[in-house]
Amino acid sequence: MKGNEAIAHAAIRFGVDGYFGYPITPQSEVIETLMEQAPWKTTGMVVLQAESEVAAINMVYGGGACGKYVMTSSSSPGVSLMQEGISYMAGAELPSLIVNVQRGGPGLGTIQPSQADYFQTVKGGGHGDYRLITLAPDSVQEMADFVALAFELSFRYRNPAMILSDGVIGQMMEKVRLPQQRRRRTDQEIREQCPWATLGRTPDRAPNVITSLELDSEVMEKNNERIQAKYRVIEEKEVRYEEVQCADADYLLVAFGSAARICMKTIELAREEGIKVGLLRPITLWPFPMKELRRYADQVKGMLSVELNAGQMVEDVRLAVNGAVPVQHYGRMGGIIPTPDGVLDALKKKLIS
Amino acid sequence: MLQEIVISGFGGQGVLSMGKILAYSGIMENKEVSWFPAYGPEQRGGTANVTVIISDQPISSPVVNQYDIAIVLNQPSLDKFEERVKPGGVLIYDGYGIHRKVQRKDIHVYRINAMDESIKMDNTKVFNMIVLGGLLRISPMVELENVMKGLKESLPERHHKMLPMNEQAILRGMEIVELEQEAAVPGVEAHS
Repeated sequence: MKGNEAIAHAAIRFGVDGYFGYPITPQSEVIETLMEQAPWKTTGMVVLQAESEVAAINMVYGGGACGKYVMTSSSSPGVSLMQEGISYMAGAELPSLIVNVQRGGPGLGTIQPSQADYFQTVKGGGHGDYRLITLAPDSVQEMADFVALAFELSFRYRNPAMILSDGVIGQMMEKVRLPQQRRRRTDQEIREQCPWATLGRTPDRAPNVITSLELDSEVMEKNNERIQAKYRVIEEKEVRYEEVQCADADYLLVAFGSAARICMKTIELAREEGIKVGLLRPITLWPFPMKELRRYADQVKGMLSVELNAGQMVEDVRLAVNGAVPVQHYGRMGGIIPTPDGVLDALKKKLIS
Repeated sequence: MLQEIVISGFGGQGVLSMGKILAYSGIMENKEVSWFPAYGPEQRGGTANVTVIISDQPISSPVVNQYDIAIVLNQPSLDKFEERVKPGGVLIYDGYGIHRKVQRKDIHVYRINAMDESIKMDNTKVFNMIVLGGLLRISPMVELENVMKGLKESLPERHHKMLPMNEQAILRGMEIVELEQEAAVPGVEAHS
């Protein structure tokens, strides 16, 4: 099935309570599949087409405030519209899942694949000092698997999580093993697991207040400090990455999502020519695998960050290695997908010759 | 076994669905498959192509720039993909709508008059299945039985009554595909 369809099926099976979204290419199959599956008849999951992305993200805010498993999905221009809501959720410390199946920008751009929303996602597309837990799937299987992982992390840390995918992974079909159907949590279970949730006050406790607003600067700074402390824990504990043929590598490709898949083929081509190339694939884009990259700076002669953009993640790779080894970027823009031998040519030109 | 295939033509010709059926057939044989489409906002009438990879091993990139087999169903597709067939690889084309000769001498070229045949069969909708039949004759990467299972899997149930007609079209495609040029590459033989 398609990556987008896998997201929809995985959401139903995880026991998601609500999906709120607005169609946009190349991710419309998410809401189409949900509508077709009609989970409101089986698990009781709400699927709603909102009047806009702004409405959808605020519905997600509402659902998150009630401790529900709620999500939305969109593509780049739609996700831009959601940035205010995402910042509010980070400020109010609300869990939720946002899926971005990226297309080329800026502006309306193109409907073809891109990874040009890296900055927006990991550097904070909305205002304020916040971070978004960001997972980058590179297969249809991971599109399915990361729904559960994103909700687990999001609820563990009370912070929105994003699956940052792209038009390649969303549109391609591969084999996928879907998880078992879980039942949705009861309100009682949510009350126990999320004592902060606004599910209706009971006589034994004070009202729960969910807000990102605090006009007393002293208190607001404390709120920020608490959130930042939480981010440090996430950076310490939740870094995820994959290493492909790194052990003997002389050169390291760094790529996520569809670009990583392309690089896996580049490794095969390069090794046929006797060039020892490996790949470090960040699975979490935030938190970013800083230490792991730094470790390879002592081993390899150079790193090439391969992205479907003008060079965004390359900045974090450079920060990670801090000048210890040359770091170059290769990317295509506007919906053009780099090819495996295009990557190999770039590696030779920029780092080897 | 690793087959990297591109199928390209006008939107509406059944390019993407042909690829989908091929991919499902691969799954029925427990192979690894990937299906990656490329098309513009205008599906019907615009040019669409799909990359299908069938392999015994996990598939690295769903995007490749050279193909074992290119199936081209209109002139823009021939112009785009002729040069991207691997030396010794296969190019299959439908004569209808192609108005120049294939230039490459180092690839096997097959012609299948699927459009004409589908008109003779009085059902232009089975056009893509005739082409698929031609492909399977040249490169029997999946069993016909599994193609039929794949077809069943990828068609909504309300269309299942069309299955026999599709099978007939595949069989017809196997009969009418013809070798036009053998690759001038030593040691690489054409399938016949």
